[in-house]
Amino acid sequence: MSELHLPWVELSILVPIVGAIWVSMLNNRDRARTHSIVFCSLTLIFAAGEWCDFASLGTFEAHDQWDVFRYLLDRDIFVIDELSAPLLPLAALLYLATVLTTLRTKINRFSFGWTLFSESILLATLACRHPWLIILLLTVATIPPFIELRKRNQNTRVFTLHMGLFVLLLVSGQLLVSSDASAANPPILAGCLLTAGALIRSGICPLHCWMTDLFEKATFGTALLFLMPMTGAYAVMRLVFPIAPSWALQSIAILSLATAVYAAGMALVQKDSRRFFCYLFLSHSSLVLVGLEMAKPIGLAGALCVWLSVGISILGFGLALRSVEARTGRLTLDVFHGLYEHTPFLAGMFLVTGLAAIGFPGTIGFIGMELLIEGAVEVYPLIGMAVVVAATLNGIAVVKAYFHIFTGTRHRASVSLGCRPAERITILIMVVLIIGAGIVPQPGVQSRYHAARALLEHRLEVDDQPQNTEAAESQAVAAEGANPFKSLDNLNSSNVLTTSVLQTIGQHNSTVTENRKQ
Amino acid sequence: MTTESVLYILGLLVVAGPAVLLAALGLPLLAGVRLSEPSQARLTKTAVVTGLLAAVGILSIMLLTGRRHVPIELGHWVSIEHEHEHFHFHIKFIFDRLSVPFTILSFVLCGTVGAFANVYLHRESGYQRFFLLYALFLLGMVVSSLAGTIETLFFGWELVGLSSALLVAYFHERPGPVRNGHRVWTTYRIADAAFLIAALTMHHLTGAGDFEGLMGSGSWPDGVANIGSWQALAVGSLLLLAAAGKSGLVPFSGWLPRAMEGPTPSSAVFYGALSVHLGTFLLLRVSPLLDVSMPLRIAVIVLGLVSATFGALASRIQSDVKNALAFASLTQIGIITVEIGLALRYIALIHMIGHACLRTLQLLRAPSVLRDHQMLEDAVGEHLTGDVVSPAQPVTATQLRLYRFALQRGNLDAVLNDWVVRPFVKVFQLFDLLERRWTDLLSGGASRESDKLSPYSDSLEDVS
Repeated sequence: MSELHLPWVELSILVPIVGAIWVSMLNNRDRARTHSIVFCSLTLIFAAGEWCDFASLGTFEAHDQWDVFRYLLDRDIFVIDELSAPLLPLAALLYLATVLTTLRTKINRFSFGWTLFSESILLATLACRHPWLIILLLTVATIPPFIELRKRNQNTRVFTLHMGLFVLLLVSGQLLVSSDASAANPPILAGCLLTAGALIRSGICPLHCWMTDLFEKATFGTALLFLMPMTGAYAVMRLVFPIAPSWALQSIAILSLATAVYAAGMALVQKDSRRFFCYLFLSHSSLVLVGLEMAKPIGLAGALCVWLSVGISILGFGLALRSVEARTGRLTLDVFHGLYEHTPFLAGMFLVTGLAAIGFPGTIGFIGMELLIEGAVEVYPLIGMAVVVAATLNGIAVVKAYFHIFTGTRHRASVSLGCRPAERITILIMVVLIIGAGIVPQPGVQSRYHAARALLEHRLEVDDQPQNTEAAESQAVAAEGANPFKSLDNLNSSNVLTTSVLQTIGQHNSTVTENRKQ
Repeated sequence: MTTESVLYILGLLVVAGPAVLLAALGLPLLAGVRLSEPSQARLTKTAVVTGLLAAVGILSIMLLTGRRHVPIELGHWVSIEHEHEHFHFHIKFIFDRLSVPFTILSFVLCGTVGAFANVYLHRESGYQRFFLLYALFLLGMVVSSLAGTIETLFFGWELVGLSSALLVAYFHERPGPVRNGHRVWTTYRIADAAFLIAALTMHHLTGAGDFEGLMGSGSWPDGVANIGSWQALAVGSLLLLAAAGKSGLVPFSGWLPRAMEGPTPSSAVFYGALSVHLGTFLLLRVSPLLDVSMPLRIAVIVLGLVSATFGALASRIQSDVKNALAFASLTQIGIITVEIGLALRYIALIHMIGHACLRTLQLLRAPSVLRDHQMLEDAVGEHLTGDVVSPAQPVTATQLRLYRFALQRGNLDAVLNDWVVRPFVKVFQLFDLLERRWTDLLSGGASRESDKLSPYSDSLEDVS
């Protein structure tokens, strides 16, 4: 396996965890905020370094240089591949932007220590391909929001029930995955349980109510950070995608498509701004799942593009809304607020990010959405048109929210509502990313298409080699000797199978490199 | 320098002018720099004149060399190529007998309106916002007019839609313009969805979004569609729906008078002249489809006739000049649609250009026409003819019904509200109620914090 030039991944995970410990010892909230910004910035630098380094290698997957876990456990714990490589900097950007735009008026409600802890867990999840570790990290990630809900004296039953079921389904599903499971030999029951668990985390209708509940009861920042990374989709890609047959994936895609349309419709009738945002996000994350589950290169490439574009644009959209709420309190969408005059910068960002999310021409989401629609129509000529319907409804909802929040009346403010420098910087970064990637989309699309092909080829290679499974398994077991994860590995079919095709992937990598050179 | 390279450079200039203007007005806004009014006016003038001269230059070369079709290839904006799989977003502009006149018309009318707006909106707080949206609109119009592929046309089409909706809501401190802006946006989004589905269907039928793939190799208007009758009907019906939304044909006519809430310069150039003709332009661009499918042709003619009749009725009883002009525009657009349906393509093009010029003039004159009339009367020293109200005439029941029908604008908005919007909202409100019950059940009590929110008041700043 290729090696990065520096231990970028481990540093990205380590810095926020150190930051979490450090920040939790500080009593001064202002200092905690400033230090959190420093830790988040460092994490982003390391995560961006990881992506750049990985891109320069031209390989399908890579692990850290001086990999401490490899020395300690004699196996690769953190491995990045074409799917996860850009997700790490995206996640780090999400945390940095959220911390940067947290105003002083809100620092007493927002826990910086838990935020840095959850950043570390998220980055570890995204850098990890071992199913049991992914499940463990996903489970741990549910703790910070739960603690916040308890601290705020909020009812946690909806959140606990859904997350409990999510963990239970993933664990039971993974327990049932046999060692020879693959897309050609799918473990139906295990696949169903894993799928159900991942779909709960993704908020697929009708298992989505915990999402709106979280937005109702947690701070906006925490809810944003828990949902925005789309770890449910990531779980689908890591736990379900390698072992599910195409028909099952495409069935999930139909469920996701129904959710996308449903959530878009619900976004249109919401009166509370947070619920509106939640449904808008749900609709977009479901569209990402639609593409991921099509098992076709164009659709998958579109989904991977939309994953990044939605990650950036909906993040900007959410932060704009959060910044407005930080000044005015929670907003209702059944009346006009007329805030444009006081916060034209936020208004502009709200509109630009909202339009980027719906795939407006010239923004980062445009080509991704085109690819996604193209892929959906390729697989389902008629049902695929529902993607267009969802995008249309989302577009109407975004502009409706813009009009209600920023226009329609003249607001008389008792204090200045203008942007703070940190917010302005965040907004500028977001807009540059959105417009820049919108005007020059080819590198991003090419990279995501390449990733899509690699993922599908990887999946097909696993299918094509069931006869090598036993040999591969024995090789893997022999190679891993006194591996403390041995017992887990026996249950981890996809990982063993992954090992079995490493040689093939190596071959594929060289082909890919050659293609790139050409 | 060869003729080809001159044409290429001029072609680039035509598109680059509005694009540079948009960047020049947008980037300072992003950086928090406020450009002065004269600077913005100069930038606008330079961009429009550059684009116009370049377009006229291309027309001159085409006339001198006898060329009727000048494609400007900018290559693939996005390209995925892999064995049997490919995805291309091809950027190509076509200068032909349809696009060149429409582009020149766009530059002329936008230039006129830009000069007018510079004075009309002087010291308005939204001056900068207006010109930014103006630049977005101009770019959208030029890209749509010159588009050689359906994706490029969609790109421009969306820019026109967004700028139009935001300009309807230009006076955004009042709820009326904002509601109307949202209505226009909703209608446009439905039209856009139809357009996008048509583009996808076309891709699947022809394997490419290039108009030449659909219309054959002949230049406009002599192209021959390469697809079958039923396929033409499917794609054409979706495009007709898109055109109806964009041009305000029946049943989407309700947005036309609503759009008049915007400032006069935008009403003139967008809803009186250019934007409203974009739907008919689209029909002209894909007119070879009509030759293949008779049902499609009949649908176009019927829609045009209905819209023209409705516009003629409604325009007669409007009580304000801008609304009367809006419905008068609809009448002409209906007639242009009929002309397209009857394959009178050159007549439709000439009609479109003439009508756009006339309507721009009328709308720009509308705010001051009463004052000018009074000045004229002062100068003459007596009331001019036309002030005398005609004595009431006896009306028949049919006339009365028609009057009511026209007064209520055909109840088109009410029908759409009752049959589309309200059921949609009701269904999703029902889902919302079910979700509330479900979360209440899980929580063992009231689950929604947002229910406790009181309607927003002006003193709610949460700064403590």
